Amino acid sequence: MKPILECQGLTKKYNNFYALSNLNVTLERGQIVGLLGPNGSGKTTLIKLINGLLTPTNGHVMINSMAPGPETKKLVSYLPERSYLNDHMRVEEILSYFSDFYDDFDAGRAGIMLKDLEIDTRSRLRTLSKGTKEKVQLVLVMSRDAELYVLDEPIGGVDPAARDYILRTILTNYNENATILLSTHLITDIENVLDRVLFIQNGQLSLNTTVDEIRTNQGKSVDTLFREVFKC
Amino acid sequence: MPWDLDNDRPIYLQLMERIQQDIIAGVYAPGDKLPSVRDLALDASVNPNTMQKALSELERSGLVYSQRTSGRFITEDETMLKKIKLDLASEHIRQFFEKMTLLGFKNQEILELVQETLEEDK
Repeated sequence: MKPILECQGLTKKYNNFYALSNLNVTLERGQIVGLLGPNGSGKTTLIKLINGLLTPTNGHVMINSMAPGPETKKLVSYLPERSYLNDHMRVEEILSYFSDFYDDFDAGRAGIMLKDLEIDTRSRLRTLSKGTKEKVQLVLVMSRDAELYVLDEPIGGVDPAARDYILRTILTNYNENATILLSTHLITDIENVLDRVLFIQNGQLSLNTTVDEIRTNQGKSVDTLFREVFKC
Repeated sequence: MPWDLDNDRPIYLQLMERIQQDIIAGVYAPGDKLPSVRDLALDASVNPNTMQKALSELERSGLVYSQRTSGRFITEDETMLKKIKLDLASEHIRQFFEKMTLLGFKNQEILELVQETLEEDK
């Protein structure tokens, strides 16, 4: 099978600043991958390139051997760092919007998750708290049967109990051939759920290894290693 | 409840230890079927691939065996179960002695203290 994601010599330059510089990485199917790095290291730039919201200055990014475009958007379920949903819409309207938009959207699954999280689908988005809005968005994104999930800070704004629920949701719903790429600063919370971590530093990949390799070789958690590597 | 795991040791090793412990403690009886990888992973709140690795390692050790389509089962080899139980016991005892030695006790003193504690508990 073709790798789900392939970046070769991926470079993005803003004026004179290299947000990403010659990044090479390949992700196979069936893994949960943490994209970790300090603020401004290039995580969101990489995520936007994968989703075709930015175009590379150099190099390329391929999803299932295709450049980002309408075909890859069918395969990729993306949670952006900021909401693009219309605040005036009701949750139920957004559900039908997603059903129209994506063939792989499972409205039933979304309904169950919203119920578990006690979110009233008749509510308008703007009446919901920041954390609840984030939950709604994550539910939408995880209710697709995608091949690649790209989640930009999925658990940053929600309380610890909801965080546990969300991680369980990810573990329950993700199918064995799908890959999840998620960026976060809350490493301790997600460490046990990850297969692999990518450390990104000044727009370059500085580490690409599995969680248990780090623990076996260094005798420390990913969180501890991160704090050492990126010590200010 | 997610399983209680340390954060500086390989996750798969800790999963192995926990399942081994559960087998010895009788949570699973010899010949019992283990829950699926996915269910165990959910229960532990860990990555399913990591759980898969732990189970494969347990399989290699012979403690569990898999039957092509019907899943994984606990060994019925009583000798092996007994041996693992004794291995675990000596491991605990060794660690206990290490800690007591760090506190400055000699072996004979440690034995006496153990005796005393047993008497008190009676």
